[in-house]
Amino acid sequence: MIRTSIIAVLAVGLIGVGYWGYKEHEDKSSLLIHAENNYQRSFHELSYHMDMLHDNIGTSLAMNSDGKLSPQFVDIWKLTSQANGNVSELPLSLLPFQKTKKFLADIGDFTYDTAVRNLDDDPLSDGEIETLEKLYKQSGELKDELRSVQHQTLEDNLEWMDVEMALASEGDSDDTTLIDGFKTVENKADGFGEEYAGSSFGQSTDRQPAELEGEWKNKREIEQYTKKLFSLNKDTNLQITKSGEGATIPMFSVSYEDGKDVYMDITQKGAHPVNIMVNRELKDQKLSLNDGLLKAEKYLKSFDYKDMKAIQSQQFDNVGVFTFAYTKDDIRYMPDLVKIKVALDNGEVIAFNGKEYLTNHQERETKEPSLTLDEAKDIINDELHVEEDHLAVINNDVDEEVLTYELYGTKNDETYRVYINAENGDEEKVEKLSGKETNFDAEL
Amino acid sequence: MRELKLTMNLRSTSKRKTAALLMVLISIVCLSIGITSNSNNVQAFSPQVIQHGAVGEDVIELQARLKHIGFFHGKVDGVFGWSTYWALRNFQYEFGMEIDGMAGAKTKEKLAKATKYNEAETKKQMYKTPQKQQGQSQTNQNNQGQQKQQQTNQNTQNKQQPQKQQQPKETETTAVNVPQGFSQNDIKLMANAVYGEARGEPYIGKVAVAAVILNRVKSDTFPNTISGVIFEPRAFTAVADGQIWLEPDDEAERAVLDAVNGTDPTGEAIYYFNPDTATSPWIWSRQQVKKIGKHIFSI
Repeated sequence: MIRTSIIAVLAVGLIGVGYWGYKEHEDKSSLLIHAENNYQRSFHELSYHMDMLHDNIGTSLAMNSDGKLSPQFVDIWKLTSQANGNVSELPLSLLPFQKTKKFLADIGDFTYDTAVRNLDDDPLSDGEIETLEKLYKQSGELKDELRSVQHQTLEDNLEWMDVEMALASEGDSDDTTLIDGFKTVENKADGFGEEYAGSSFGQSTDRQPAELEGEWKNKREIEQYTKKLFSLNKDTNLQITKSGEGATIPMFSVSYEDGKDVYMDITQKGAHPVNIMVNRELKDQKLSLNDGLLKAEKYLKSFDYKDMKAIQSQQFDNVGVFTFAYTKDDIRYMPDLVKIKVALDNGEVIAFNGKEYLTNHQERETKEPSLTLDEAKDIINDELHVEEDHLAVINNDVDEEVLTYELYGTKNDETYRVYINAENGDEEKVEKLSGKETNFDAEL
Repeated sequence: MRELKLTMNLRSTSKRKTAALLMVLISIVCLSIGITSNSNNVQAFSPQVIQHGAVGEDVIELQARLKHIGFFHGKVDGVFGWSTYWALRNFQYEFGMEIDGMAGAKTKEKLAKATKYNEAETKKQMYKTPQKQQGQSQTNQNNQGQQKQQQTNQNTQNKQQPQKQQQPKETETTAVNVPQGFSQNDIKLMANAVYGEARGEPYIGKVAVAAVILNRVKSDTFPNTISGVIFEPRAFTAVADGQIWLEPDDEAERAVLDAVNGTDPTGEAIYYFNPDTATSPWIWSRQQVKKIGKHIFSI
């Protein structure tokens, strides 16, 4: 009697567990299928977009009227962006695929620049048509490669989940067809860059940072400098490390602990602090934002930064963040920025960021505007009511410094900042200034 | 009436007449001084200079006053933004003052004279809950009495609420400052990622991880949005294993804010890895910038 009932109970239990296990398995596999389908969609879309890209570049070459060309270039630009979007949805991060992405982004930049240009006045040059021809050929190669990987995938029911597993578990299981296919694509793209040597295609416009003043310093000198700067004891323990070969500016990183974590990046040449950060608990606010600004100004003076003017201030909880721009002869030099963060509990400067100033600042000749302020005001949108104006030097789209009128205007209670080139009246930049948002955290 | 009686009585004796007049004069002067000093004292603002970007009680008052006089058209929210700035400048212009867009002693005095500020009414419009609507000014006795009464009432109902009231937090404003181009949600999402990725790292290591996310957004070869970068498959281990959904601490959020405000301790790095656990040989081939905490940052 007892035995049969035990058996019955166990049997019921076993069936229950079995059913539960089956359910779990089903749930898991449906999730896996769902994830796999997402990857599949991105992958098939990618190869479709590459195909379209190739076709569209081809069509643009066959076109003769400039009026049709601009919309065509806009299409190509959109396709490169979609294709790059598809790539970033695939689990390829551990696989080098940067060259292909860069290639797509470069096509996008090229076609965008051409699309927004007035092709009636400034038609495609022979060099640009040559570039397009090359792009047509190269995008064709990538397309073919991707189409063949796609074919294999459909033929053999290859799964992206397997790729993900393979990539996650050490790098040795490289035999996956999908991974191989993408590697071939990447290798093809790798060679493309060389073909454009001498043309403007794909050249990054990064400018060389301005020359830093001063002598090259060694570790010992930096140590002494730091101790003087923060008035530290001679025996304070500093960690100092040199930056590696990838650094754009050679720097030392200095850190120490003294009731608070202090960290500083300082240039090897001339010992200019680039970043200073102090991490500590912040107490209740005692100072106003304006008090903070005065502290920040004093701090800047102590660093020998001259002619700096606060152009922005913002309070976040109990810290104030201030942006200063180099100002000479009433002209604001917007590339030469310094940011300072002040704790509003005791007025201590807890962050300093001088990178933009250091990489951009140089002696410049003061330019005179050819336009008058009123002429500049006539150029902007009639609906904007100008409230404030300055002369400012900014970096324009092609990264050249230009003298502009900086006009702050309002329209429907929103504030816009417009930069009008003071030489030729071009509208260089228009921005909507926000700076605040509804407080979602408040218990109102 | 009393003064009238006084003079009537005094009429009989001409000697006292002058003395009485003097007294009346003095009392009038005293009274008027009392009135003016009172009006100067209408609890107008704290002594701080209020400037663009400031947040808090004084800003609420400033906005309400500027609104009262018709210079400010936006919502009173306690954050000194652009609209408040223009309103203040226009006020300074109309009243013939130096136009600097800052509410210093002079400007505040002019404002207090020219406008009225009804704190209770302003807060009623700002906040949803009645406790907040009462405002935090402790100077009004009547108000305090009311609060006390409410407290005792609530004591019987709910024990936790009055505690909250006894130590009023800093004024909660209905808006907050955000760095240009970012929303609070972007910052929260980044704080989640930073906390998941660099929980045990020093503060600077957290700023560095946040800076890498921003460098990727800027880069051509990565997605162009913060969410795109964070959720790129296999880009961050904390996203892959779900640690991103842990609740971030304050330090992570502060680190993100520092990075968003332009601090980049990584020297424009777009990769980082932990050399003890990195599996991909490829990652070692990138040019390294520096090591912060356990992570090596590279470009």
